[in-house]
Amino acid sequence: MNKRTDAPALEFAGVSLTYHTKQGETLAADGLDFAVREGEFVAVIGPSGCGKTTLLSLAAGLLKPTRGKVLVYGAPPQRGTGQFGYMLQRDELFPWRTVERNIRLPLEIGRDRAPQSAARALALAEKYGLGGFLKQYPGQLSGGMRQRAALIRTLAADPDILLLDEPFSALDYQTRLNVCGDVCRIIRSEKKTALLVTHDISEAISAADRVLVLSARPARVVAAHALGFGDAPPLQRREDARFAGWFERLWKELNG
Amino acid sequence: MKKKAIAAVSAEHKRYLKKLRREDGVVHAARIGLLLLLLGLWELVAAMQWVDPFIISSPSRIARTIGELAADGSLFYHVGTTLWETLAGFAIAVGLGTGIALALWWSERARRVLEPYIVVLNSLPKIALGPVIIIWFGTGSASIVFMTVLVGIIVATLNMLSGFLAADKNKILLLTSMGANKWQILTKLVLPSSLPDFIGMLKVCVGMAWIGSIMGEYIVSKAGLGYLIVYGGQVFRLDLVMAATFILCLLAAGMYAPVALAERLLVKK
Repeated sequence: MNKRTDAPALEFAGVSLTYHTKQGETLAADGLDFAVREGEFVAVIGPSGCGKTTLLSLAAGLLKPTRGKVLVYGAPPQRGTGQFGYMLQRDELFPWRTVERNIRLPLEIGRDRAPQSAARALALAEKYGLGGFLKQYPGQLSGGMRQRAALIRTLAADPDILLLDEPFSALDYQTRLNVCGDVCRIIRSEKKTALLVTHDISEAISAADRVLVLSARPARVVAAHALGFGDAPPLQRREDARFAGWFERLWKELNG
Repeated sequence: MKKKAIAAVSAEHKRYLKKLRREDGVVHAARIGLLLLLLGLWELVAAMQWVDPFIISSPSRIARTIGELAADGSLFYHVGTTLWETLAGFAIAVGLGTGIALALWWSERARRVLEPYIVVLNSLPKIALGPVIIIWFGTGSASIVFMTVLVGIIVATLNMLSGFLAADKNKILLLTSMGANKWQILTKLVLPSSLPDFIGMLKVCVGMAWIGSIMGEYIVSKAGLGYLIVYGGQVFRLDLVMAATFILCLLAAGMYAPVALAERLLVKK
């Protein structure tokens, strides 16, 4: 893939989207303008139903904007090139495949039969503690381990940009803090660009470099904040004195 | 102290397991006992002439009839005929039904166009087509196989289609985001995830195939178990009717067994 290194990894330029159903048309997004730099972790928060998932589908090129442009490294997003790795609320591991074959799935889909790609994916699994579980089925793993396996699957095809759609919200509170810590650590150490959408303010603050606040539908970016926590892991951020300040501020912006 | 507590629990657990095993044994014994009791009563009623055995036959007469049929070789001829028709109809119904379901999954437009036709065909009593089938396919096995296919194919199609359509939307989104095309979505997700539906459909279609083949033999046939039953009824040989019915019971159960085995082997959880 020829990347233009001067362009941001992901850019929304005046993106609007109108939905059509039998009942009528809905303006889901209205002039979204923002950019994500390479290696940056950006969280998007917004009231429920504001179109956060739509935003990810637009980014991945699964939906075409009605107006405006989505650019990935300065070019329109292309489906099927392995530019994007999606991670959803549930792990969505295929129960009839072993963990190893789940992790290889993106390579199969991309018809990537190069032995070094498979080796790289398995090395990732090994590195992040899934080595002993490769021959097991997802049903034999705990919720946290399953979500970790889902992340390794997402990383397997070496995507440029990770799109995370509330990936922790189906987990119980304790597991959720652990998995969030896990995922953030892995994403940072693999230096991936990530766009996380969530309705959970503290999750956004504990994970991201920058937070975008969306308005209720039609979605508009009402605020963008660089948090300034650096590479601090989520649990450490939650103990940081600035955490409560950010929470209060984002809370007001969300409800304001 | 702790060890003792565990030992006590395990003794209790042993008793619990023993109780479960004993209960299983009782159920098995009762099943066989019930069968023997009914057969015995039937034999007694016939032997004592409380009811004319000409009308109700009897287990010993049935056994003798099966023995005679086996001795002159006609048993295997009739069983073979019916079995062949049933299996052929079953295979064609399952294969075509699954194929049609795939086509309907692939094209939403085809699905919408064909929906009313499927509804009508599904509700139509297939036996109403009997005369048409005889005229088109003659009085041989072809008619009976066709009837068997007709009875099974709609059920096979509808069962598989609902299985295909139930594939997880989020997993489809995930595959799409990886750049999967429709064929990959089909082979990586839709087909493997509908394996339980396939087994369920096989189970239903086994029953449907027997209905189809016997119904077909009732309408038109020169051989087969259905033919023996109809013939026995016409000449008032209840022994023959009962013997053929008994063999049919065994065959139907015998065909269900491999499907149940496939389910145990293939469907996890």
